[in-house]
Amino acid sequence: MDKTSREKLFACITATSFVLDDLRLYLDTHPNDQEALDYWRKVQRVRNEAVEEYTKCFGPIYSYDVDVSNRWTWVDEPWPWEGRC
Amino acid sequence: MWSYERRLQYPVNIKERNPRLAQVIMSQFGGPDGELAASMRYLSQRYSTKNRKVAGILTDIGTEELAHMEMVCAIVHQLTRDLTPQEIMEGNFERYYVDHTLALWPQSAGGIPFNSCFFQSKGDPITDMIENMAAEQKARTTYDNILRLVHDHDVCEPIKFLRQREINHFQRFGEALRIITDELDSKNFYAVNPDYLPDLRK
Repeated sequence: MDKTSREKLFACITATSFVLDDLRLYLDTHPNDQEALDYWRKVQRVRNEAVEEYTKCFGPIYSYDVDVSNRWTWVDEPWPWEGRC
Repeated sequence: MWSYERRLQYPVNIKERNPRLAQVIMSQFGGPDGELAASMRYLSQRYSTKNRKVAGILTDIGTEELAHMEMVCAIVHQLTRDLTPQEIMEGNFERYYVDHTLALWPQSAGGIPFNSCFFQSKGDPITDMIENMAAEQKARTTYDNILRLVHDHDVCEPIKFLRQREINHFQRFGEALRIITDELDSKNFYAVNPDYLPDLRK
């Protein structure tokens, strides 16, 4: 996969994670809102797939998911605060 | 426990350095209404909070504030990365630079170090929720003040995101306050601490 698809996949993780971040707070105070729960399930599925695909192709977002078959790769990639430029 | 997610909550990619702006924005890291104080406020308050929903909202907002602290630090870092001595002098950054070089250290824009007296953890959920609602508004005002000084789109966008989150959190803490008061005697909302009720009539 190329740079564009990496960026697209990462943007999908950012967007779906944010939906869940905001919904989580809403559900803490509205735990029985069925519409919100349906939305959670829908977005959670998309996010899980995006994280799995990204981890497989470009490396882990969580250190629990580091593939240690060759070497410890968690510290190879740029850190999030470095930005793109 | 917490584990690190290798991403920012909202992207920060700043092309142009600006030490003067960095000095202002760093207040939202270690200043009186900054993200570090916000996170420590909510994560400290939650232990004695007996209502489970309210303890949940404190945990989840306190956790999100850690991600906001990381975004503010990323903004300050990218605005000051690899500054030359000349840029430091021209950007009035020398008084921060002399103690911290180009590292992040929690202080207000005026140089006052981070202090836990910036927030309260009172053990009375009504007191705490009203403090938290005020805190979210104070942070929102600070972001408004910052936005008036920012003309760089790359800085503006993440600051606008953070400002909007203060509004959402205010709403959630307002609901948390109502959840607590709904469980109280309606004639006696604000008279006593509902989480600590030894007899006061001594």
